[in-house]
Amino acid sequence: MAAESCLTRNEWICGEYVSSRSDELGDALVEHVLITAGAVGLAVLAAFPLALVARRWRLAAGPVLSLTTILYTVPSLAMYALLLPVFGISASVVVCGLVLYSLTVLVRNMLTGLASVPDEAREAARGLGYGRVRLLFAVELPLSLPALMAGVRIATVSAVSLTTVGAIVGHGGLGNLIYSGMDSYFKAQVLTASVLCVLLAVTADLLLLGAQRLLTPWTRHRAPRRAPRRDTALDLADGPADGPADNLADNVAKGV
Amino acid sequence: MDVIPDAWTWLTTGEHWSGESGVWQRLGEHLYLSGLCLALACAIALPLALWLGHGGGRGFGGALAINISNAGRAIPTFAVLVLLTLGPLGRHGDLPTIVALVLFAVPPLLTNAYIGIAEADRDVVQAARGMGMSRAQLLARVELPLAFPLLMTGVRTAAVQVVATATLAALAAGGGLGRIITAGFATYDTAQVVAGATLVAVLALTVEGVLALAQRLLDPARGRNRARRRAPAAAPAAPRTPAAPEPVERSTP
Repeated sequence: MAAESCLTRNEWICGEYVSSRSDELGDALVEHVLITAGAVGLAVLAAFPLALVARRWRLAAGPVLSLTTILYTVPSLAMYALLLPVFGISASVVVCGLVLYSLTVLVRNMLTGLASVPDEAREAARGLGYGRVRLLFAVELPLSLPALMAGVRIATVSAVSLTTVGAIVGHGGLGNLIYSGMDSYFKAQVLTASVLCVLLAVTADLLLLGAQRLLTPWTRHRAPRRAPRRDTALDLADGPADGPADNLADNVAKGV
Repeated sequence: MDVIPDAWTWLTTGEHWSGESGVWQRLGEHLYLSGLCLALACAIALPLALWLGHGGGRGFGGALAINISNAGRAIPTFAVLVLLTLGPLGRHGDLPTIVALVLFAVPPLLTNAYIGIAEADRDVVQAARGMGMSRAQLLARVELPLAFPLLMTGVRTAAVQVVATATLAALAAGGGLGRIITAGFATYDTAQVVAGATLVAVLALTVEGVLALAQRLLDPARGRNRARRRAPAAAPAAPRTPAAPEPVERSTP
């Protein structure tokens, strides 16, 4: 009976593996989600003040942008290795590496988003007596959400796949299963973990897309009602997602 | 913390550089793998992007290029590398690594080259067509020069990506500089790990720098830009710089 099992035959697709190791898979998945979500969350928190500084003082824009871009050219394996002496062997190494990678995409997209806020909206808010802070949080930030969310989506998807490399320090989530499966030549484990990883990336992307649509109801309602201005409205809403920003993200994306 | 001096000592020790698993050997493997894969990826992606962008079904081509690039980001390179190593390709030496690297270099090359060609200034293209240029002339003398900056951006991205990914090959028992890092991990030699990581990071930055310089020197619109004050090259450059500081500057009171 045991010889019939797909585990002993070491097949790529094996239902028995999934059912017998569901705990292990679940733990890895949870670790993967925690690392990715923590990293992207921290990166958003760090990128926001950086983007504001880069916008406010032109002198700061160059260094901020080039520093984050340089960070992006450091290979993931090297990044984790370089952070190792700082944090020791812990999940912080992976989280910190991912935060540094996400900064590039996030800072650029925030700047794009803030720059794309129409001047009329800004003037109107100022005319209503909005101060600097209220203008930022009540007008500029909501209006730049589409660009910001496009950046968050790109950063999240990349982070999901980069987390696997964290297996080198033992905190790669699903990457740990891929790594140990490679050593033991355990095909079912490698394939299952890889597929889960891709599914996780796609799910996260769709969830963020849903969140973006919920957070920016005006981009949905405006387009049909104001037919003549449709092009501009769509440009503002979709531009950063499929056009320049996406392309920009590719410029820096390594997908390792 | 004396990791950094230790890493420096590791790097300046001559015997670490020579021999079968020395730095020179690993660097050679790394450059050979990266160069080969980049060349293969260019050979696949650039003609396809030119064809798609030049008119091979504009809507379809655009969707294809963007989707390939988005999907590429979601797929973990490390997983693909391991899957290929365990699969039937695994018995053929470097082949799994090469396939994985080419696979991941294609999306940025394809997307950037496609967008560069497809968004080449339509007025200029129309004018060239009106002057009686054939399709081949149009591609070689108008669209390609206009798309050059974006095309080179794709090549640079792909090159850095390939250099970075080649590091992962070491995890799957391939060659390259990553081997220094993984060997350091295996023997708990933090100095060696940091030294190896520094070498890889420096190599990635060097490749980026060399290609950026090459782009500046090879740009077909270089002389003309100076003469005509950047008029022809302004169009394809526009979609590339959404984060340009100018509009930001204007908006500050």
